[in-house]
Amino acid sequence: MSGLYGILWQEFAVFKRKFVATSISFLISPILYLVAFGWGLGSGVEIDGGSYMAFIIPGIIGMSTMMTSFNNTASTINISRIFYKTFEDYMISPINMTVYTLGKIIAGAFYGIYSAFLIIVLVSVFTTDLIITPYFILIALLNCFVFSALGFLIGLLVNSHSDMAKFTSFVITPMSFLCGTFFPIDKMPEILRWFIYLLPLTHTNIALRLTGETAGQMVLHAGVLVAYLIVLFVLGARHCKKVE
Amino acid sequence: MLEIIDLTKKYKKLTAVDALNLTIKDGEFFGLLGPNGAGKTTTVRMISTLTPKTSGDIVIGGESIDRNLTSIKAKIGVVPQQNNLENEMSAWENLEVHGMLYKMPKEKRRQKIDEMLEFTELTDRKDDLTKNFSGGMKRKLMIARALLHEPELLLLDEPTVGLDASARRKMWDLLKRLKSNGLTVLLTTHYIEEAEVLCDRVGLIDKGKLLRLDTPNNLIEEVGKITVEYFADGKTHEEFFPTREKANEYAGSLEGDVRIRPSNLEDVFLKFTNRRVES
Repeated sequence: MSGLYGILWQEFAVFKRKFVATSISFLISPILYLVAFGWGLGSGVEIDGGSYMAFIIPGIIGMSTMMTSFNNTASTINISRIFYKTFEDYMISPINMTVYTLGKIIAGAFYGIYSAFLIIVLVSVFTTDLIITPYFILIALLNCFVFSALGFLIGLLVNSHSDMAKFTSFVITPMSFLCGTFFPIDKMPEILRWFIYLLPLTHTNIALRLTGETAGQMVLHAGVLVAYLIVLFVLGARHCKKVE
Repeated sequence: MLEIIDLTKKYKKLTAVDALNLTIKDGEFFGLLGPNGAGKTTTVRMISTLTPKTSGDIVIGGESIDRNLTSIKAKIGVVPQQNNLENEMSAWENLEVHGMLYKMPKEKRRQKIDEMLEFTELTDRKDDLTKNFSGGMKRKLMIARALLHEPELLLLDEPTVGLDASARRKMWDLLKRLKSNGLTVLLTTHYIEEAEVLCDRVGLIDKGKLLRLDTPNNLIEEVGKITVEYFADGKTHEEFFPTREKANEYAGSLEGDVRIRPSNLEDVFLKFTNRRVES
């Protein structure tokens, strides 16, 4: 366990040092989205009988936790492999690669959790639209872990910074716009809707809003995220054992 | 201590290491000397489990190495050629994380960190971020880190490459202190003097193949202890002689710019490959 603790301790030492810059950077995009879509475009819009603000806040939390967790893990792994070579120091240490995978995914998820915390504090100051339940917390946590695990795998697979940017453009950015962050997915054409239902962020966004879902549907959303997490974790750990 | 048997690494058409065989004894300071691209770093990377081997075997203390065999990894300390310290952490923090990764108990870890900082003369700078360190200090900290968990074998990949003359001298002093402690060391270098000053035995390596393996003295004697260097037909020629008398005799028969000097490992390398190491 001291190996896992070492990985987390290292991440925390770096986080501590960049605390202010990190915190501010985590808030910039969510604030811009809230201003542009919440107050700007959405001021006269109602969705499912509620204000657009009440609709968009959970979406922004889903999207921000996805991006923060993914980006932190993917870029840390990728840069440490390709540029700083610090990855090699872990490779030669007597740390089991599964423990390493776990440590890096937890650390990345922590960044996502921290960004969610900041957004919640921010929106709580001037709106009561956001209702936080234990289920909400569970889904937000799972979302952070799923995208941190995806970031880990992609950070290992991709061999250049430009390819990393391409992955974000082709996968992460489309997900943030299509998976029900800014508008309900019922407005999508049916064929596309089926595909969108397969994506993890869709389930996060629906589950975070929790408008009249049955218990079965609630379990399904959490189950999809857990399944994604398990598959991505296993792929990441397996790849980590043979990466050069 | 370390046994390398028919070790081979192939990258598509290129054979980086070609059926390498060598044995390093307990407490020996062993040098792999060869030009850039000879296969030295690839060999070190295979021993440290970073690069998978194509064929052959690497045995440390009776156990074959494997990436996922964590027990054997704790026996090795590695100082890679390229800086891989965590830039955003202090020297002390870098060592602390390393100690945790190698599962050292807290008290032992803290004590060893102090000891290693002292040994590498970095105690005064222990709280500074490593991104503000000079090249020589970074390298020393990497050595401190590699020694922290008390490995049985230390791998040093080109420990003085990129350092200026004074930092290199200081590094040699540090490595000599290591040598006097009786640690088993495998060092790779393309600096002749480094191999001569530090190593008990030297393996000359070129194009992935081991050409010769012996003590620096024996290798030099094999070629001839004295070198006559002269300039003719637009280039420098070298001839080797077992004694100074024979060298003098030969030099007397030459015209123009002639120099008589003790032979070194560069001459040995030149004799066997027609190429220079430090070129």
